[in-house]
Amino acid sequence: MTNEQIAQDLLSQFGEEKIFGIVENYGLLNVTTTTETIVPLLHYLYQHPVFKFQFLTDLGGIHFPDAKGQELGVIYHLHSLENNVRLIVKLHVPIDAPDVPTLTGLYATANWMEREAFDFYGINFVGHPNLIRILNVEDMDYFPMRKEYPLEDATREDKIDALFGR
Amino acid sequence: MSEVALVANPNVGIAKPQESNKKYVNELTTLNLGPTHPATHGIFQNILTMDGETIVDSEQTVGYIHRAFEKIAERRPLYQITTLTDRMNYCSSPINNMGWHMTVEKLLGIEVPKRAQYIRVIMMELARIADHIVCNSILAVDTGALTGFLYVMQWREHIYEIYEEVCGARLTTNMGRFGGMERDLSKEAIRKINVLLDEFPKSLLEFEGLVKRNRIFMDRTTDVGAISAERALNYGFTGPNLRAAGVDYDVRAMNPYSSYEDFEFEVPVGTKGDTYDRFLVRGEEMWQSLNIIRQALNNLPEGSYHADAPHYYLPKKQDVYHNMEALIYHFKIVMGEIDAPVGEVYHSVEGANGELGFYLVSDGGRAPYRLKFRRPCFIYYQAFPEMIVGSTLSDAIVTMSSMNVIAGELDV
Amino acid sequence: MSDRKIQMVDAPAGLEGQGFFATSLDSLVGLARANSLWPLPFATSCCGIEFMATMAAHYDIARFGSERLSFSARQADVLMVMGTIAKKMAPVVKQVYLQMAEPRWVLAVGACASSGGIFDTYSVLQGIDRIIPVDVYVPGCPPRPEQILDGFMQIQELAKSESTRRRQTPEYKELLASYGIE
Ligand code: SF4
Repeated sequence: MTNEQIAQDLLSQFGEEKIFGIVENYGLLNVTTTTETIVPLLHYLYQHPVFKFQFLTDLGGIHFPDAKGQELGVIYHLHSLENNVRLIVKLHVPIDAPDVPTLTGLYATANWMEREAFDFYGINFVGHPNLIRILNVEDMDYFPMRKEYPLEDATREDKIDALFGR
Repeated sequence: MSEVALVANPNVGIAKPQESNKKYVNELTTLNLGPTHPATHGIFQNILTMDGETIVDSEQTVGYIHRAFEKIAERRPLYQITTLTDRMNYCSSPINNMGWHMTVEKLLGIEVPKRAQYIRVIMMELARIADHIVCNSILAVDTGALTGFLYVMQWREHIYEIYEEVCGARLTTNMGRFGGMERDLSKEAIRKINVLLDEFPKSLLEFEGLVKRNRIFMDRTTDVGAISAERALNYGFTGPNLRAAGVDYDVRAMNPYSSYEDFEFEVPVGTKGDTYDRFLVRGEEMWQSLNIIRQALNNLPEGSYHADAPHYYLPKKQDVYHNMEALIYHFKIVMGEIDAPVGEVYHSVEGANGELGFYLVSDGGRAPYRLKFRRPCFIYYQAFPEMIVGSTLSDAIVTMSSMNVIAGELDV
Repeated sequence: MSDRKIQMVDAPAGLEGQGFFATSLDSLVGLARANSLWPLPFATSCCGIEFMATMAAHYDIARFGSERLSFSARQADVLMVMGTIAKKMAPVVKQVYLQMAEPRWVLAVGACASSGGIFDTYSVLQGIDRIIPVDVYVPGCPPRPEQILDGFMQIQELAKSESTRRRQTPEYKELLASYGIE
């Protein structure tokens, strides 16, 4: 089972409008898909008799402020433990309507991962049972990992520009 | 395109396996466990709903030491991120350091010499032992046996001395560089490792003799906090907790890195996934780690302890004073002026708690565009309510300490 | 062990004559307090692991009369804050401090507790002295167990020389008021 086989299979199953951006990074297959396809795609990979991508390794958000209409992204890391093959699935959504269907119906582990992505990037996972902030304080009113927000604590007065070049 | 049926999978969903219209004996009470509580070994809150002594429901809050690692990483040159990785799972910092170094080496295409790889393996296995010592002995403390803790803790202290010999620090080690180690294993370090190899098994045997077949300990831990292999996989468990449930997934064996393929070792698995199995798996892993260290030390290859990668590997201090080229590289590296190539890499190592992954997206700047840490603790801790519902409060405490939830890794 | 002489604590300054020794009540109380301080370990992250080493057989904080860790704030004398305190955690630290009875001392162990350390970020409290008064700061990331012990001995010094009325003074009240503590 090679990366080409997986890519070919996905292309023939879902078509080129739904599966694109197929690249290989350091031996790891990356595919990009759309918000409508993500849930059927991961179910398909889960139930595939050969591939058996049944382990969700990780899920995380990403922010590209310059990509108009596709500012936010979600990156899914899948692992087929039986074949020892990994796969990365990505999708992009606009920042004004960052709605992505939830994966909690398939993977129990997606619960906190999606809450984290929501907390950091404000990606709205539709259908998530409990989509609230997980790491940051509840009354925070912005999504800190987006590129436009500063890292530093705003209340420090001892770090003056002359010393720290801010 | 043919339609894909969304078949309900038996293992699917987050619904907790519990009976619905169960009659409660007592009035339900709410018990707040944490965020700072002597029994939780870390900073997380559990709000338990109790029916007498039985836990009916649990709600978790985490994030009490959230330090925004991923945001910091986007502002720092690659080599400064090693310091952050120290502070993730601080019980086994060298594994995190090496994992990060290997991720960057993959991105940069640096080939690390065999000797450096073997030294790394030794350090990583020492770290695994240090971590498992803490987890297992604290589990014994939680069941009421303090003596074993004092027996094995001195060996953790000894391992810290080895770290000091290798890198100068005890806990937040910041060990190694991109391309290898900062210095070769010294004679003293090798002596200390040999002392550990000879003497630690005795202490470990003593500890196991105290605890392993101890009736009280077994009664407190068998069948407590069990999870099935299917649920564990669905919850994204990795590491000893997954192996205790009977799945032999170990990154060291499955995707060998840093020459792990050269060593003979076994991957211990449990059967039930309960607290006792987790204890046994960790205990056996310590023996296997000792085994790996012995093999690596005996077959330590000759050669250089670092790769020839002047753009990324900090030059020797003497050279910096006498050699113009070295001075320039030193300056550039320290000031973080070296750009990383464009690319996306994922690399994972077998951390003490499971698959520790680094997903690095580089846009060609000096700092990562995005760095995502896959922290095993964060991922498996969410299964905790499911594991303790229906058991008593004291069982919940031992379940938590056998899962080895490290707050630094949980919250980053 | 038997050939080693037992170290006795020095007697405070006072008047000595045949069969009696007179000193001030303050120094007597201070002497007793300083050698049986009960710490409340508030360990959140990496520095807490070094505290574990301080507590264990190697470094043995029991030598300073503090083997009795008081996990209940009510009976504790020294609040040892070890590790990063995030903004989410800050109210908890303050509450624990408020629950402690006077006299109470605070030891900030490690760079994070003292100043936020390497984490100058939106989520980390930039030093616990923003919410509670601190008596002794221990630098280091993490400090070695010896350093933690040294910090602890500084607290002992403070306890020894503290007058019994210090906590009633207007200066002290003002200090607490500046933190919004009544
Ligand atoms: S001072 Fe350093 S070692 Fe201590 S908690 Fe902070 S980061 Fe960890």
